[in-house]
Amino acid sequence: MDWTALSVSLRLAGLTCLFLMPVGIWLGRALASAHFRGKGFCEALIALPLVLPPTVLGFYLLQQFGRDAPLGGFWATLTGGGLNFTFSGILLASLIANLPFAIQPIQRAFENVPANLREAAWCSGLSPWQTFLRIELPLVWPGILSAAALTFAHTLGEFGVILMVGGAIDGETRTLAIAIYDRVQAFDEQGAARMSALLLLVSLTTLGLVYGLAGRRRWMRG
Amino acid sequence: MAKSIMGSGLKVLVKQRGPIPLDASFNCPAGELLALVGPSGSGKTTLLRTIAGLYQPELGQVVCMGNPWLATERRYSLTPQQRKIGMVFQDYALFPHLNALANVQLAMGHLPHAQRQSLAKQWLANVRLEGLEKRFPSELSGGQRQRVALARALAREPQVLLLDEPFSAVDQVTRRRLQRELALLRQQISIPIILVTHDLEEAAALADQICVLHNGVSLQQGSPETLFRRPTSPLVARLLDRHNIFEGEIVSVAGQLRLQWGDYDLEVAEGLTELTLGEKVTWYLPPSDIVLHRRARPSQGERENPVAATVHEMVVLGGITSISLRVSHGDMLRFDIATHAARRNQLAQGEQVYVSLLAEGIHLMSGNHVAMPSRHMPSKYVFD
Repeated sequence: MDWTALSVSLRLAGLTCLFLMPVGIWLGRALASAHFRGKGFCEALIALPLVLPPTVLGFYLLQQFGRDAPLGGFWATLTGGGLNFTFSGILLASLIANLPFAIQPIQRAFENVPANLREAAWCSGLSPWQTFLRIELPLVWPGILSAAALTFAHTLGEFGVILMVGGAIDGETRTLAIAIYDRVQAFDEQGAARMSALLLLVSLTTLGLVYGLAGRRRWMRG
Repeated sequence: MAKSIMGSGLKVLVKQRGPIPLDASFNCPAGELLALVGPSGSGKTTLLRTIAGLYQPELGQVVCMGNPWLATERRYSLTPQQRKIGMVFQDYALFPHLNALANVQLAMGHLPHAQRQSLAKQWLANVRLEGLEKRFPSELSGGQRQRVALARALAREPQVLLLDEPFSAVDQVTRRRLQRELALLRQQISIPIILVTHDLEEAAALADQICVLHNGVSLQQGSPETLFRRPTSPLVARLLDRHNIFEGEIVSVAGQLRLQWGDYDLEVAEGLTELTLGEKVTWYLPPSDIVLHRRARPSQGERENPVAATVHEMVVLGGITSISLRVSHGDMLRFDIATHAARRNQLAQGEQVYVSLLAEGIHLMSGNHVAMPSRHMPSKYVFD
């Protein structure tokens, strides 16, 4: 069992969730209520990682992460380090690859909140911020949970993008999914099987926990 | 008088060209209930939302209890939170994740935390929901949800209560009960209440004043009695589902002004002198002012405005029979009598009957059938 790879995977998935959830809530809410020209294009752009082959996304990111590319150059001046083949690089790649998983469930959840609930809250004296915290957030909570679960589980399983951008540097960019591939390449089928089973278990537990929690509310029935 | 209304009630003036054309003005003294009635698309809900601060019209003024809430001419507008309003939405808009008590408590932000729970319980008890405090909206019936919505609106201790078709989502029996409860509740609160409805019966039963709207224009405001007996225009009469609207001409009979209607020269109690001889007018007669003569004792001509007619149609609706009479020149008179009275008089289709058109009830309106909204606007309605 490659515990280092597991630790990299969990760290990557956890941080991706942590950074993406606020973005997902903000963008999901904005997209749910906004009507503007080009909204369809924005939504398509967000959904792109769903259909794009991971290697294609990884290839473009690899190019952009280079020190002579604008993004890589900017990162270098900011931190002094590079993005390619580093944990920061695979984290950034993972953030981009997971955008649809983080935004879409939250956007759907906000779309399902009737507009007049917000108005009823205002008429009851609640400020927009209080309305968000006390009315909207509890109502979209299941959407946020499933976004988090999908993002977490998807990051654990991400292979193509991570391999393209990060390679397989032990303790830095070698995630569990890549470690499994390495094990298979090295004919260590048992090692691969153990890690695969672990990944399966972690994914299943995460999803089961989240869906279980989300469907447990009394007020949703009836 | 205008000043006292400004000080103790709600005064609304709204004007805009689009996207929803509006040209309305109405007021509601404290403690009274004003019903905004009109067909769908007449702007009722938009006006209610303007009062609540949920809609910003191009031009408008809202003054409540002497405090300006909206004055577009000086770009002044309070947020919905700053206006103290109690609003009952059409589908109640209860917060689904909060139980009845928490829904009510949420509107009590103006009170110290410690007081909220016991007061919220009191409000729920006021609307007869004791024992259901812990129920979620999904666990309540339509009528109970409406009561929670009403309790939540009142818990805010509002300066105006806004009701947006509050009875439209419940069954007939519940509706009657809730209407009765609202009528009782009204006696306890002394703020202006605005009720949006398309149900004329409901408006007539609950409102002190009715404001008739059509295409965003307020046509007439008055007591139900005034509106139903003295609509200012044929359009108002039609919107109020009034029948018995006819054309006539002012004539002189033996030196007396009369209203000529077909072969009849009718006496009219008031309004004739303001019109000129030969003028064409539209007139209206409330069905209650059509008196059926007993068939055994036909009119000798001594009664008020006797008219002979043929029974064209009889529709029995339970205890009431709606009767249409065709007069010789083709116009149709419509009125209701008790079904037993119709039987006693042996009324039947094709029979000839005599009726009196009470001079007191004949209401003369300006001759045109076309709506002329600008004529109904207050003359002082000016914006910078």
